[in-house]
Amino acid sequence: MNTGKEKPQSAQSSQVQHANDGPPRTHTAINRPPRNLKRYVSVFRIRLTYSLQYRTAALAGVATQFFWGFVLIMVYTAFYSASSSDPSISLPQLVTYVWLQQSFLAFVMLWFRDDELFRLITTGNIAYELCRPGDLYGFWYAKLLAQRMASALLRCFPIMIVASLLPQPYRMMLPASLVSAGLFIIALLLGLLVLVAISMFIYISVFYTMSPYGSLLMFTVIGEFLAGLIIPVPLMPDWLQDIVYLFPFGWTADFPFRVYAGHFGHTEALFGIMSQLIWLVALVTLGRQAMKKALRRVVVQGG
Amino acid sequence: MIELHHISKSFKVARRSSGIANAFKSLFSREYTTVQALDDISFTIKSGEIVGYIGPNGAGKSTTIKIMSGILVPDGGECRIMGYTPWRDRATYVRHIGVVFGQRTQLWWDVPVIDSFELLRDIYKVPPQEYRRNLEHLTETLELSNLLRTPVRQLSLGQRMRCEIAASLLHNPDILFLDEPTIGLDAVSKLAVRQFIRTINEERGVTVILTTHDMHDIEALANRIIMIGRGKLLVDGKLSDLRSRFGSQKTITIDFRSSQDEPASVASVRELPGIQVLSMANERAVLLVDTDQTNISDVLGQVSNLLEVVDVSITSQPIEEIVLNLYKEHQL
Amino acid sequence: MKLFLGYLSILFRSQMQYKTSFWLLTAGQFFIPFTTFAGIWFLFDRFGTLQGWEFYEVAICFAVIHMAFAISECFARGFDSFSSLVVSGDFDRLLVRPRSTVLQVLGSRFEFTRIGRLVQSLIVLIWAVVNVSLDWTPLKLITLILMVISGTVIFAGILILAATMCFWTVQGLEVVNILTNGGRELAQYPLQIYERWVVRLFTFVIPFGCINYLPLLYILGRTDGHDLLYALTPLAGLLFFIPCLFVWQFGVRHYRSTGS
Repeated sequence: MNTGKEKPQSAQSSQVQHANDGPPRTHTAINRPPRNLKRYVSVFRIRLTYSLQYRTAALAGVATQFFWGFVLIMVYTAFYSASSSDPSISLPQLVTYVWLQQSFLAFVMLWFRDDELFRLITTGNIAYELCRPGDLYGFWYAKLLAQRMASALLRCFPIMIVASLLPQPYRMMLPASLVSAGLFIIALLLGLLVLVAISMFIYISVFYTMSPYGSLLMFTVIGEFLAGLIIPVPLMPDWLQDIVYLFPFGWTADFPFRVYAGHFGHTEALFGIMSQLIWLVALVTLGRQAMKKALRRVVVQGG
Repeated sequence: MIELHHISKSFKVARRSSGIANAFKSLFSREYTTVQALDDISFTIKSGEIVGYIGPNGAGKSTTIKIMSGILVPDGGECRIMGYTPWRDRATYVRHIGVVFGQRTQLWWDVPVIDSFELLRDIYKVPPQEYRRNLEHLTETLELSNLLRTPVRQLSLGQRMRCEIAASLLHNPDILFLDEPTIGLDAVSKLAVRQFIRTINEERGVTVILTTHDMHDIEALANRIIMIGRGKLLVDGKLSDLRSRFGSQKTITIDFRSSQDEPASVASVRELPGIQVLSMANERAVLLVDTDQTNISDVLGQVSNLLEVVDVSITSQPIEEIVLNLYKEHQL
Repeated sequence: MKLFLGYLSILFRSQMQYKTSFWLLTAGQFFIPFTTFAGIWFLFDRFGTLQGWEFYEVAICFAVIHMAFAISECFARGFDSFSSLVVSGDFDRLLVRPRSTVLQVLGSRFEFTRIGRLVQSLIVLIWAVVNVSLDWTPLKLITLILMVISGTVIFAGILILAATMCFWTVQGLEVVNILTNGGRELAQYPLQIYERWVVRLFTFVIPFGCINYLPLLYILGRTDGHDLLYALTPLAGLLFFIPCLFVWQFGVRHYRSTGS
């Protein structure tokens, strides 16, 4: 079993026993970028079509999201109406934020139920994945990316369209300006990439804990809180907002949503996008290293 | 004790067609086809019998079992078991039956077997003394003593099956429904299970209804076969009768020493009346003999005149073939 | 009753086989509502009051409904995950046993990890009760207890209704989530802050209002006279449960005549 450049020498000896019953060796010494890119794209496409077939689930999901959106907006409206203090974000902006959150929930929530990957790791079927050429990080990344995009694509348009047609105060605003809209899209996509990079760590950790739940739950709970899922970041006390922006979670969704709502100006948005890029590179690099170490551990132990 | 009269059951199955247009249509109206799962099924089973209930997949076996165990309500017909109507008197009736599903477990997965047994005792309200007596007896006969404290998930399939059967007998049922009890078991376990079923039938008089695709189970246990196909009752009779009707063929395997005359001898063997050559190679001839047309001793005599016979073995027609012939006869 | 304890015991020992997983999940179940509660705390920190409701009053509202939810999820988990029971055919096994289906489905699964959520809401409740500015009378405390019981029963009723749906189709169960999870998130705030039609829907159709909002009005002394009526609203919520049981029996009958 050869998966290119990542097998250290120590693993070879424990692999010798499996040489006879494993699949024929495919020698891919150096990963050539163009060929692998095609593979990632095809993984992505397969996943996308697969996820798009779950229409009924999506419909039920849309209904749930509308309900939550309404509840949240009603609560915030109630808070705003009685309050005397000056909030840092206006109600229409907040309403827009809420609807964006619901439309792009797949881009925000950390806990995306993909039991398939978990099962792969815990049952040891990971061996089959290791037999395929190409690097595992890339494949899983593409797969997770596709899942979230499929889920969001199905839901975001109905929600946004209906939300823009609702009566005040539930109505969602249009983007502050065309430039804001463009920046929003860039920030949103970058945010998604950052989110998937974060979620990769969850899957990598399963190599060590062998249990998909438990320790990860804490991580996702805190992560989602810091992403503004429980309470929008602009409504948090200032000290907490500073903490939030120490972590990458806020850059996944809170930042793009605020760009759309005009809460961040254009220059702030551009600086934010830079930060997103830096976080993305850092997380992916760390993630690949962590995965390499984890895979080495799996291989040495025999899975 | 078990009486079924003209039991019928049909199901409405939603027809799902492929293609986007049809999928869209199905949002508004559903097309149903009616599947006649059981059509006028009648039979009577006396107390203490072991009955093999066979038929190809989809024939209606599990539907009949469900009706007899009170799970399903038939469309028409009557069914009286020990004086009860299973689906109407479910709660009281069900106390007297035990069910073993081969592929699914009724035991709780992560706890020791004995814990499952005790909970079943409470579910069936078995008096403590009776429970203890049953438990001792079952543990002894099925050799469960070192299994009782093991969690079910750690048992092998054979061990688990023995525990399942024990579990289904804890409350002293009068009837035992076994659905594929030996599926997936190794040879030793199969023999143990069959032996045990025979024992409880003989010693306790438990009526056993056995659905299985393993014909050796049938051969070993059932003296009566009921066969169902496409919802209709096809065969209801003793196994020995079936055998004599279809089992007229025997297989003779002859090892011989090859000689220079071999081609000619072999050709002559093929010409013998009442036989069919199944294979002839490497100094071994396998012949199918139709005992209606000729008899074994004649064939052996004729063959030994033609070939230098070294060894002979004779087997009767395996029951699978008998059943296959039955299926063929009824065009299943 | 003894049988119910038997189920409880065997399932508890089952889950105890996986100790680490259990504790981690329970801790997770503690932190999830904790973050929600933290969210509420931050909102009050910023806004001060919510249409005349103080923080600790809303905290009681929150705690009661989360407690009710936690207890019902713990005990009625069998109904919550009923779809897997039907799909795997294990419901047939329950029908072969000489006990009521409701008891057996209840006994088929307990989610002990919900204790985490229960502990969290209990802490919040105690904290709020201690800090809220009012005089407690025995009747008010009884009302409080009734609120939790009534809430548990109502949530259980919703879960039973959802499970009954599985007899017809396994799809569309997500919509029920709107009622359980969504209803809980909605009712954790006093219903008064919502629009009128929402209040009416969640008082008369699905009586969440009877769990925490209406009785709370009595406890906080904000009723318009008919004190006892408000105090007894939890009992009205219990009435919701009875039709749910009938619907369940209807569903079982349908299952038995049409097969799986």
